[in-house]
Amino acid sequence: MTSNKNNSVIANPWKTLRQFTDARIGLGRSGVSVPTQELLEFQLAHARARDAVHLPLNFDALTNELAKTSEQFSILSSASPIKVHSQAIDRMTYLQRPDLGRKLDEESRLALQGKEETLKPYDLALVVADGLSATAIEKNANEFIQELAVLLSSTNEPWQLAPIVLVEQGRVAIADEIGALLNARATLIMIGERPGLSSPDSLGLYLTWAPEPGLKDDRRNCISNVRKAGLSHRDAAQKTLYLLTEAKRLNVSGVAIKDRSDNTDSIIEKSEGSFLLFSKQ
Amino acid sequence: MAKATPARSGDRLAGVIAACAEDRVIAQMTLADVPLKQFLNEALIPYELDEVTRLIIDEHDAEAFKEISHLTVGDFRNWLLADETDSETLARVRQAITPEMAAAVSKIMRNQDLILVAQKCRVVTRFRNTVGLPKRLSTRLQPNHPTDDMNGIAASILDGLLYGSGDAVIGINPATDNVAQATRLLKMMAAVIEEYEIPTQSCVLTHVTNTLECIENNAPVDLVFQSIGGTEATNSSFGFNLATLQEAQDAALSLKRGTVGNNVMYFETGQGSALSADAHHGLDQQTCEARAYAVARKFNPFLVNTVVGFIGPEYLFDGKEIIRAGLEDHFCAKLLGVPMGCDVCYTNHAEADQNDMDNLLTLLATAGCSFVMGIPGSDDIMLNYQTTSFHDALYARRVLGLGAAPEYEQWLEKMAIMSDARGARLNKHLPAAFSQTLKLTSTKH
Repeated sequence: MTSNKNNSVIANPWKTLRQFTDARIGLGRSGVSVPTQELLEFQLAHARARDAVHLPLNFDALTNELAKTSEQFSILSSASPIKVHSQAIDRMTYLQRPDLGRKLDEESRLALQGKEETLKPYDLALVVADGLSATAIEKNANEFIQELAVLLSSTNEPWQLAPIVLVEQGRVAIADEIGALLNARATLIMIGERPGLSSPDSLGLYLTWAPEPGLKDDRRNCISNVRKAGLSHRDAAQKTLYLLTEAKRLNVSGVAIKDRSDNTDSIIEKSEGSFLLFSKQ
Repeated sequence: MAKATPARSGDRLAGVIAACAEDRVIAQMTLADVPLKQFLNEALIPYELDEVTRLIIDEHDAEAFKEISHLTVGDFRNWLLADETDSETLARVRQAITPEMAAAVSKIMRNQDLILVAQKCRVVTRFRNTVGLPKRLSTRLQPNHPTDDMNGIAASILDGLLYGSGDAVIGINPATDNVAQATRLLKMMAAVIEEYEIPTQSCVLTHVTNTLECIENNAPVDLVFQSIGGTEATNSSFGFNLATLQEAQDAALSLKRGTVGNNVMYFETGQGSALSADAHHGLDQQTCEARAYAVARKFNPFLVNTVVGFIGPEYLFDGKEIIRAGLEDHFCAKLLGVPMGCDVCYTNHAEADQNDMDNLLTLLATAGCSFVMGIPGSDDIMLNYQTTSFHDALYARRVLGLGAAPEYEQWLEKMAIMSDARGARLNKHLPAAFSQTLKLTSTKH
C-alpha cells in the first residue's frame, strides 16, 4: 500500500490523542485532503459495513452451531431451530419496506401455528434475525446464547424455552408475532443492528413480555452494541437476565422497567474538565 | 402535490407516490397551472386541526403577496429564475411565500434551478459571529463520543479547531440524554470557548425541555436545540409545541450571551420524520418538510439544517434521492428565509457512498448553503453514520473560493492555525497555544 512517508503528507502530532477516542482524529493531510492510506482504510471499513448489510446470513451454519449449543445446555430446547421468513421477499424490499419485515409470511405462520398445538406454553422464545447485519449474528448470536443459557440454568425457577426461531429478512417486531404463535410469555430477539463504520458487527437485543402483533417500541426493552469491542456477551446476558426477571415480576416490559443493572449515575458525577483546559486545573 | 414529487422511497412507503413516470409528469403539469392564491384558500392540513397550518396562514404577509399573487406555480418558477428577481426582491416576498408554495414550485424545478434560486437568497444570522454572508461556508464541529467521555470529546474538538472547523457551532449530540449530562457538556464547551477566545457558540443537542431546565440551573446555554417537523402531530410526537419553543427562545434571549446578534435557536429537520411518526396527514414527505421551515422561521433561528441522509433508505433510498432531497430542502428553506445548512450524510444501509456526498456537498456549497457538519474522518462513532469531515469543508472552500465566518477567519489567523484563511491554507506547524496543551497532556497521562 502507498506509504504516507513522503513530503506530500503532513502528519498531525495530536494523533496521540487517540488514547481518548476511537474517532478518526489526526488523520494528517495531503493539501487539504485525506492522505491515501487513511482514505483506503475508510473505504475498507465502509466496504465491510456494506457487506454486513448485503451478504446473506448463512442459516445452515448457524443452525449447526446452535444444535451443538443445545446439546451442551439442557435448559435450551432439544428441538432443532425453526427457520422462518418475513414478508419482505428480498433485501431490496426489506430495506424499503420495514412494515413487511415485521410480519411473517403465510408459510412461516402456518409452520409456527402447527407447533403450538402439540407443545405446552413456554416461558421464553428466543428469536434470531439477520436484521441489518448478518456479520453481527455470525459473530455474536451463538456465543451470547451460550452465556444466557449458563445464567438461565442457575435461576431458582427454571425457564421453559421454546425451540429457537431463525428469521430471514426480519425486523424487531416480528418477534412479537412469533412469541404469540408459540404461546410464549416472553420473546427475546437477537438482531443485527444498523452497522456503523467502525462497528459492522453490533448485535441488538429486544425483550417483550406478553408478546402479540402490533405492539409499539414502548413495550420493549433494548440492549444495544453487543459485540467483542462493545458490550461483552457475558455482560449482555446479565442485563438480559435482569430484564427478564423484572419483566416476570412486574408482568410487563418496556418503559415500565428501568434498567438499574448498572449504576450509570456515577458517570454524571464526573467533572466537566478535559485536557483542553489543563491550564485552568 | 404528492404525485408531482420526484420519486423517493418514503412516498412509496406512504402510498402517495405517482403510479408511473407519465402519471408524475402529468401531475407536475397540473400543478404548474395551480394559482399561488389557491394555497391560501385550500389548506392541505385543516386550519382547525393543526397549529402549524394556523401559524402559516396567520403569519402570511398579504401586502407583500401582491407582487406574486397573480402567478401560477409554473409562472412562479419563471419569476424566481428571472434576472430581475434579485436578492432584495426575494427578501421582500419571503413572508408572502407559504411552505406549500415553496414545495410546489420545487417539484417542477430541476436541480440547477434549485441551486440558482437558492444562491440568490440571502439569510444572514448572528450570535458570536455571522453566518450566511455571500461566499461563505460555515461548519458545525460535531465532536460526538459514544460515552460522552470529556477527553474524547475534547480530542475531537481540538482536531476540528486545528482544521479550521466550528464557526457555525460546536454542537454535541449527547450519548446520555439528560439535564445533568447536558450541563456538564455545556460547561466544558463554554470553558474551552473562553480559554481560547473562540468567536463561536456551543450547543448540546438535547430536548428543548432539558435545555430549559439547564437555563433555569444557570448553565451556560448559547443556542437552544430542537428537532422539528412540519405538522403539529409530528412535533407532539417529539414532545413539544410552538408555545414550548417560544418559552425556550425567551429564556435563551434573557441570558444575553450573544455578542454580535440575538439569533438563539438551532433546529434540525429531515424528510420522512412526519411519516415516521404517522403524522403526515397523507401529504408527501417533502411538503411536510417545507412546513417545518415555517415553524423554524417563527423563532429567528441562528442555524437550521436538514439531516438529509440520516433517516434511512425507507425514506430516501439512494444517493440520487438523497442529493435531490438535500437540494430541495436547502432551496425551500432559503426561499422562506431560514438560515439553512445541511448534514450531508448517509447510513450504511442506504445505497450511497462518499462520492454521492462529494456531489451533494459541492452542489450545496455552490448553492450558498449556510453550513455543513464537520467530524473527524467523516465517521460519527456515536450516531453510527457518515457525514462530512473537516477535510471535506476545506475542499469545498478551496474549490469554490469560500471563507468561514469573518470573525472566525480572523481568529484562525490570530491563533496561527491558518496563514491565509480565505485560501483555506493551514499552517504546517502546530500553533503555540495548542502545542502547550498537548505537552501537558503527554505529561499528565
